[in-house]
Amino acid sequence: MSILVDKNTRLLVQGFTGSQATLHSEQSIEYGTNIVGGVTPGKGGQTHLGVPVFNSVHEAVEAVQPNASIIFVPAKFCKDSILEAADAGIKLIICITEGVPTLDMLIVKKRVDELGITLIGPNCPGIITPGEAKLGIMPGSIHLEGSVGIISRSGTLTYEAVKQTSDLGLGQSTCVGIGGDPIPGTSFIDVLKMMESDDQTKAIVMVGEIGGTAEEEAAEFIKNNISKPVISYIAGQTAPAGKRMGHAGAIIAGGKGTAADKIKKLEECGVHIAENLLQIGKKAKEVLD
Amino acid sequence: MNLHEYQGKELFAKFGLPVSKNRVIASADDAVDACRDIGGNKWVVKAQVHAGGRGKAGGVKLVSTPEEAVEFANHWLGKRLITYQTDSNGQLVNSILVEECTDIAKELYLSAVVDRGTQRIVFIGSSEGGVNIEEVAENTPEKIIYEPIDPLTGPMDFQSRKISKVLGLDGEQSKQFSKMLPQLTDLFVTHDLSLLEINPLVITQGGKLHCLDAKINIDSNAIYRQPEIQAMHDPSQEDPRESEAALNDLSYVSLDGNIGCMVNGAGLAMGTMDTIKYFDGSPANFLDVGGTATQDRVSKAFKLILADPEVRVVLVNIFGGIVRCDLIAEGILAAIKEVGVSIPVVVRLEGNNADIGSNILAKSSAEIVSLNNLEDAAKKAVELSK
Repeated sequence: MSILVDKNTRLLVQGFTGSQATLHSEQSIEYGTNIVGGVTPGKGGQTHLGVPVFNSVHEAVEAVQPNASIIFVPAKFCKDSILEAADAGIKLIICITEGVPTLDMLIVKKRVDELGITLIGPNCPGIITPGEAKLGIMPGSIHLEGSVGIISRSGTLTYEAVKQTSDLGLGQSTCVGIGGDPIPGTSFIDVLKMMESDDQTKAIVMVGEIGGTAEEEAAEFIKNNISKPVISYIAGQTAPAGKRMGHAGAIIAGGKGTAADKIKKLEECGVHIAENLLQIGKKAKEVLD
Repeated sequence: MNLHEYQGKELFAKFGLPVSKNRVIASADDAVDACRDIGGNKWVVKAQVHAGGRGKAGGVKLVSTPEEAVEFANHWLGKRLITYQTDSNGQLVNSILVEECTDIAKELYLSAVVDRGTQRIVFIGSSEGGVNIEEVAENTPEKIIYEPIDPLTGPMDFQSRKISKVLGLDGEQSKQFSKMLPQLTDLFVTHDLSLLEINPLVITQGGKLHCLDAKINIDSNAIYRQPEIQAMHDPSQEDPRESEAALNDLSYVSLDGNIGCMVNGAGLAMGTMDTIKYFDGSPANFLDVGGTATQDRVSKAFKLILADPEVRVVLVNIFGGIVRCDLIAEGILAAIKEVGVSIPVVVRLEGNNADIGSNILAKSSAEIVSLNNLEDAAKKAVELSK
């Protein structure tokens, strides 16, 4: 088993004919992902990467029955694209795009919650279930089918955790990049719940970073609800206060959201801390052995 | 992006909120006219910088003659104001706000932020104003109210009454506040704010609510649709290297150390800084070159890093991902040649074709140390920085 995506995932790509979407769709198809079509308004009727292009998500849903959608459209159109996929009845939406205005996300998040939709991102690398399906921009080659579930706010940092767990032979059940924005569609807690009930996942790696209190909330949730071992690494131990460290969400504001606070809370709640990013894989192995 | 107090107050006035009669001056010569235009016989002069703590640092003064205002302007214009919120260089003062003096009966606190927990715009109010709100939250949490606004309904009158009660407003002031709350929300949403703070919001001797300060931050992701706000941008308040980076679509934050860092991805960039620190080194910067790490972007990143005279060694940490590492290696070499890098560069490449990429770097004549493993690369960079 795995969570969210597997061999049965039928993927639709929004913003399909753009250069980034094309590059990453090719990679996903090569990995074995079943892309059933794409949407680019005005280009309906064409064929791209061997599958049909539609003018709208609704047309695509009727013609090729996707059950997940991945969004590569520019930030200013993301609100519309997410809500379009939601309106067309798609229950798993992944938004890769970075730079979506926060107030757009407040509206989007409220709507997808009402409709019971899982939105991953924005500003994220996507989801992969190794050996089954890749819905995102992560390099497929570093993954290995296995037992560690990975949840992360950062893209390339996830790849580090993946590489380390692959090199040690542990592999991954599913990796979910929830994204680096202040208002993510899916939280650590949402994914922790799914991984707790997934048989394939034996341990969970949670990669956090400075800013906000998502890690602290997750820590409290882990203490009360998660029976599997959780390993955590928090990036930004050397970050100065008040500066946005790349990700819109990664900022220490009003003395809140420091790495030290997060690590302290996680430790109190029984989470295994990887003091350094080099130790993520080793920690997971220690815990599983 | 941050605004100056005077710009915040312009927006307040535009949305109907009560602010003092004021003038902004950029030259001391205009101080007399400013005082005369405003009228009265007492004025408050305030140095305009993107930082709090101005009062304690001498950047705010009550004056009773226009000549004193001139003197204040002469003293501060062109100088840097250092407060507990700035670094040791302080912030450049290039304008002064001259305001009519307000007689204060009581100081309150009001702000609005995008709250990650409730995923709403949340108003925060307190009867304790003019002080550090974090301390109030810590010591007397009962004096603070957090009121989330539903995006569907907007602020409701009952919410305004709830906040009024905690602020300790009387009947007339509550009525006034019930007009202000929707105006503030409208301002917040219309201009894509991420923070709006009025500290203090005051009750005047005449019993009216009045916005004595204005701190506004705007969501950087939404700047593209805020032309009026773009025009308010003041680059003099930012680190010049950070502004330069932003123009080139690179994410850069300068730090105190001597190891320049170039990394793809924000999380990995922070993780790399932490790793350097872990091995007793000191990072000179945070820099995310982005997912693609092309020659052009790498060149620009090198230029930024090398503009910092403290930098003794550069650590490049790239997790190749989709892009092949041999292509990245060629890009790095070309960039080093183009920029003329003369200090040691330690490169760690990981991902597709990492070995080929490392070989290309190792064989080059440039002063490059190529290591496939982050631990070794970080240790090497620290060693070279000592």
